[in-house]
Amino acid sequence: MNEKKVVIPIGPYHPLQEEPEFFKLYCDGEIVRDVVWESGYNHRGIEKVCEGKSYDQVTFVVERICGICSTSHPFAYVNAVEDIVSIDVPTRAKYIRSIIGELERIHSHLLWLGLAGHFIGYNTVFMWAWKYREPILDISEMVTGNRNHYAMFKAGGVRRDIENEYIPEIRKVMNKLKPKIDLFVGAVMDDPVIHSRTKGIGVLTKEDIKEFHALGPTARASGIAIDVRKDDPYAAYPLVKWKVITFDEGDVFAKVKVRLLEFYESISIIEQCLKGLEKEKNSPIEIKIKTIPPGEGIGRHEAPRGEVFHYVRSDGTNRPIRHKIRAPSFMNVPTFRASCIGQTVSDVTLILAAVDPCYCCTERLLTLYDWETGKKTMTFNDLIKLSHAKTARVMKKR
Amino acid sequence: MIKTIIHFLVFPGFLFLSVAGGFVSWFDRKITARVHFRKGPPLLQPFYDFIKLLAKETLIPKNSSPGLFLLAPVISFTATILAGILIILPAFGIESGFQGDLIVIIYLLMIPAISLIFGALASGNPLSSLGASREIKLLISYELPFLLTLLALVIRTDMSIKIQEIISEQKLFGPFIGSFSGALGFIVMMMCVQAKLALVPFDLAEAETEIVAGAYTEYSGTPLALFKITRYMLFFIMPSFVVILFLGGFDFKGWNIILSIGKVLLIALLITLVRNTNPRVKIKAAMKFFLVWMNLFAILSVILAVLKY
Repeated sequence: MNEKKVVIPIGPYHPLQEEPEFFKLYCDGEIVRDVVWESGYNHRGIEKVCEGKSYDQVTFVVERICGICSTSHPFAYVNAVEDIVSIDVPTRAKYIRSIIGELERIHSHLLWLGLAGHFIGYNTVFMWAWKYREPILDISEMVTGNRNHYAMFKAGGVRRDIENEYIPEIRKVMNKLKPKIDLFVGAVMDDPVIHSRTKGIGVLTKEDIKEFHALGPTARASGIAIDVRKDDPYAAYPLVKWKVITFDEGDVFAKVKVRLLEFYESISIIEQCLKGLEKEKNSPIEIKIKTIPPGEGIGRHEAPRGEVFHYVRSDGTNRPIRHKIRAPSFMNVPTFRASCIGQTVSDVTLILAAVDPCYCCTERLLTLYDWETGKKTMTFNDLIKLSHAKTARVMKKR
Repeated sequence: MIKTIIHFLVFPGFLFLSVAGGFVSWFDRKITARVHFRKGPPLLQPFYDFIKLLAKETLIPKNSSPGLFLLAPVISFTATILAGILIILPAFGIESGFQGDLIVIIYLLMIPAISLIFGALASGNPLSSLGASREIKLLISYELPFLLTLLALVIRTDMSIKIQEIISEQKLFGPFIGSFSGALGFIVMMMCVQAKLALVPFDLAEAETEIVAGAYTEYSGTPLALFKITRYMLFFIMPSFVVILFLGGFDFKGWNIILSIGKVLLIALLITLVRNTNPRVKIKAAMKFFLVWMNLFAILSVILAVLKY
């Protein structure tokens, strides 16, 4: 069926996405009839690497899975380890964890907002959103020492304290951020061209979301109030007041609205956590974990893109014997099968970007088995043979 | 003979147009950068870009038809220079042009878009052909309102199809933009210029995040440099064309020079601001915009011109 169609490639390297990925759009003129997703351009085998590191080192390794949501993976990982040991971390550590998590959500959503502007050719939004993201990164640097890979998390607590003299500075930046968000909300809600580009585009119904098990803002934009912070409370989220933002439309515009309104929730969570920090003066920030007993643990965290899931199994030694990671994009990206087909190319690029995909989190290694014999095919040696054969073919032609 | 060659190569031909165009496109980039809270490029950046591209290797894709592929930038380049000469010479009062030069200009200004279309189709790349199909649709939609606004102006100048007559009519009775038909025509013309220059919101043919570079995807080295210099020249020619048609043309006596340059920069500024405060529209919306709304405005402008408003 696909043979007669023109293939419009998005990837492996394409200005639309900052990471290598490959979408084949089978088109009739501008209308997309079928989409095929190929990935595997930057598989790094992080899970295997984690099995060779000690529990303390793994927090740093999983932080490197993703550059944008760099604190989500350690967050989920320490939740998993604490699940094995079954301890409760000190309240001050909980507040600090939530503050870092929400700072990251704000900067990640601002980054996405800028990119979304760039994708529809609105470079002014791109530059402005990234300019307003800068103070958030500056705070992160002030509090943790790094703009992006914070290295704040540790099984049992946090590595560094947020000094109380930093609190007024964080408050000041949050207060300054609010009018900027108002500006973006006003610009998006009033611009007729943005409405015509995003309303009714790439609609995902509730059934689609349930079928593809989509998560995070993608699901919340379709009217499903799924949020790990509410459903399975951890860290300081049960201690503060906030609400889950949902919209029923399921189109790109609803996804923009969900993210824009989540800014306000994140700012309010941070402000409440700062109050909590001031109350919990001079209390400990970590519990020393001496040994990890044999067993298995599950850790979850609501990353900016959806739920991050970590599974860790211990056999009582100093390193995990199995570490399984599932990033939100793994569930969100396949929804394009429901939302892209039948749309035009200019819409499809926007729909692909609207779920805020993160391919380096999602990369998987495939093992192919022959259907009839059940034997492993396409092993390393097979691939080398194929490569040699191709080289020989090319050399013959010259 | 020598005069013609000088007109073609030096003034107001290649050299003058490219320098002025480079300057106007630097102005556009600088304003864009200021809107973005960036610093912006130095004054000579457009020329550095051009010279860098000349030094690069020219790649010709395997499944293209090389003749047409390489001819397209040359044709677009030549047609733009010719259009520039026909527009600038009467405006500077050097030569008065000929009866019907407006029609020649209309055709010459269409050629860059057409040569881009066949160059893209000759390159044999699916992204380019998608860009070409978008350019065709856009060309069909913006040409009619463009012609209708010019018709309104021709009616105002007692059916004279000559740039010089349009300028002298405005010298006598004030710029056309001061009247109802002129103001309406100006709005339509600005939108058409935006589309002719392929800037946001009508940069569909080269929408970077959708189809990489669209029609330009396979071009590299010298052919790309030719396309680039064509774009620079158009960025000077189109604002000057608008100034001549609606804002009373140029004047070079004493302080009026600054006013003349100011007019061109004002039009360039308007174009830049529109491009920085709008997202890219879809091809369907763009066609509807031109074929329904802009045509409506243009026809209204023609009717008002007949009624002498």
